[in-house]
Amino acid sequence: MREISAETITEAVKKLCISANTELGEDVVKALEKAVEMERSTAGKDILKRLLENAKIAREEKIPICQDTGYAVVFVEIGQNVRVVGGSLKDAITEGVRRGYSEGYLRKSICHCFSRENTGDNTPVVIHYDIVPGDRFKITVAPKGGGSENMSRVTMLTPAVGVKGIKEFVVQRVKESGPNPCPPTIVGVGIGGTFEQAALLAKKSLLRPVGDPNPDPEIAGIEKDLLDRINRLGIGPQGLGGYVTSLAVHIEMMPCHIASLPVAVNIQCHAARHKEAEL
Amino acid sequence: MKEPKKLTTPLTDDDVIALKIGDTVLLSGVIYSARDAAHRRLVELIKADKPLPFELQGQVIYYMGPSPAPPGRPIGAAGPTTSYRMDPYAPTLIAHGLKGMIGKGARNDAVKEAMQKHRAVYFAAIGGAGALMSKSILSTEVIAYPELGPEAIRRLEVKDMPLVVANDVHGGDLYVEGVKQYSRI
Repeated sequence: MREISAETITEAVKKLCISANTELGEDVVKALEKAVEMERSTAGKDILKRLLENAKIAREEKIPICQDTGYAVVFVEIGQNVRVVGGSLKDAITEGVRRGYSEGYLRKSICHCFSRENTGDNTPVVIHYDIVPGDRFKITVAPKGGGSENMSRVTMLTPAVGVKGIKEFVVQRVKESGPNPCPPTIVGVGIGGTFEQAALLAKKSLLRPVGDPNPDPEIAGIEKDLLDRINRLGIGPQGLGGYVTSLAVHIEMMPCHIASLPVAVNIQCHAARHKEAEL
Repeated sequence: MKEPKKLTTPLTDDDVIALKIGDTVLLSGVIYSARDAAHRRLVELIKADKPLPFELQGQVIYYMGPSPAPPGRPIGAAGPTTSYRMDPYAPTLIAHGLKGMIGKGARNDAVKEAMQKHRAVYFAAIGGAGALMSKSILSTEVIAYPELGPEAIRRLEVKDMPLVVANDVHGGDLYVEGVKQYSRI
């Protein structure tokens, strides 16, 4: 049995919270640079350049890319042969978020649903556990902002609508979201499983490097077609008009029930923050 | 693109009438940050006929809740939040003298009508550019509701804050016009 101390996990989570929020991934930077070339609107081009400048300031001056430093979403892959010592795994992760958001000067954005009273330390944390073979321990921190999360939806389509119906739902969702999720966005799509699994697939698709296609050529083709249709909507950077509405569409799929066709769209703004560590 | 217009708060009717959608503006002076929970409280005060924590006449509200200021900085990241959530409250504030709002995303018809009727303007700031936006904020002070944390009302002193006019007093809507121009469907 491999042992990992709770304190090691806490410190790792703390560091990941801070780096995820201040260092925009190179994949997003490259996608934005490509978008500057593609954009026809002068104002849109200017916005994209400012997002790149913003990422540079955040990285160099160690301040958040966006003031909405998000709900801390944590994905854990824990080997069957790993044992956490000196505390519970959940408490260790929660304490890491607490420290990261305090020591990193990150915004505490979590509140009671009715009174709207802030919990004060950006906890609780949304944690997804995956038990895997062996003795590896991988942890991913993916802070999710409220603006783009608010534009996300899950639906249960009728199987008869097929791929065409799925595409229509995704494009319609992006169209209705308009400027709200801070375009250019990354559109995460989960197809199949059950109601909650579709949403999780959509969220997990956002962890893929921006623009990497799904390994299945049929799904990759749908991603490409959807991106083209979305970028014809004219929404553009910040929704003020332009050719670049989304940087990528990522689809993850698994089989569904014979009666169902669940589809989830999880919209992500350009601040596609996720950092991971293997302990 | 045209040269940006320099504007200083408080804004007058003449300032606002001269603005058209698509105009780029560099805003200086004092503005106030307020978002969801603060708006709920401001409108409750108005309905109860009680005084507000700041005088609304001619003022500009920035829909923004910053990240905490690290040592040596006046504020952390400070970009706009999505404006539609303030739509239920904005017409009341506009009717009581608010002249400008800064946020991101489109407004509903009630807000647009109030802007035309009472002469107010809506500016879009770049969402997701919180680090960059913080550069135009010189100083901050929490003036109400500190218990709301990031949602407290702050008095901000700004210098050349880069904005674009998204809705003007003439009924123009850049979110509609801009998309129309680039739509290929």
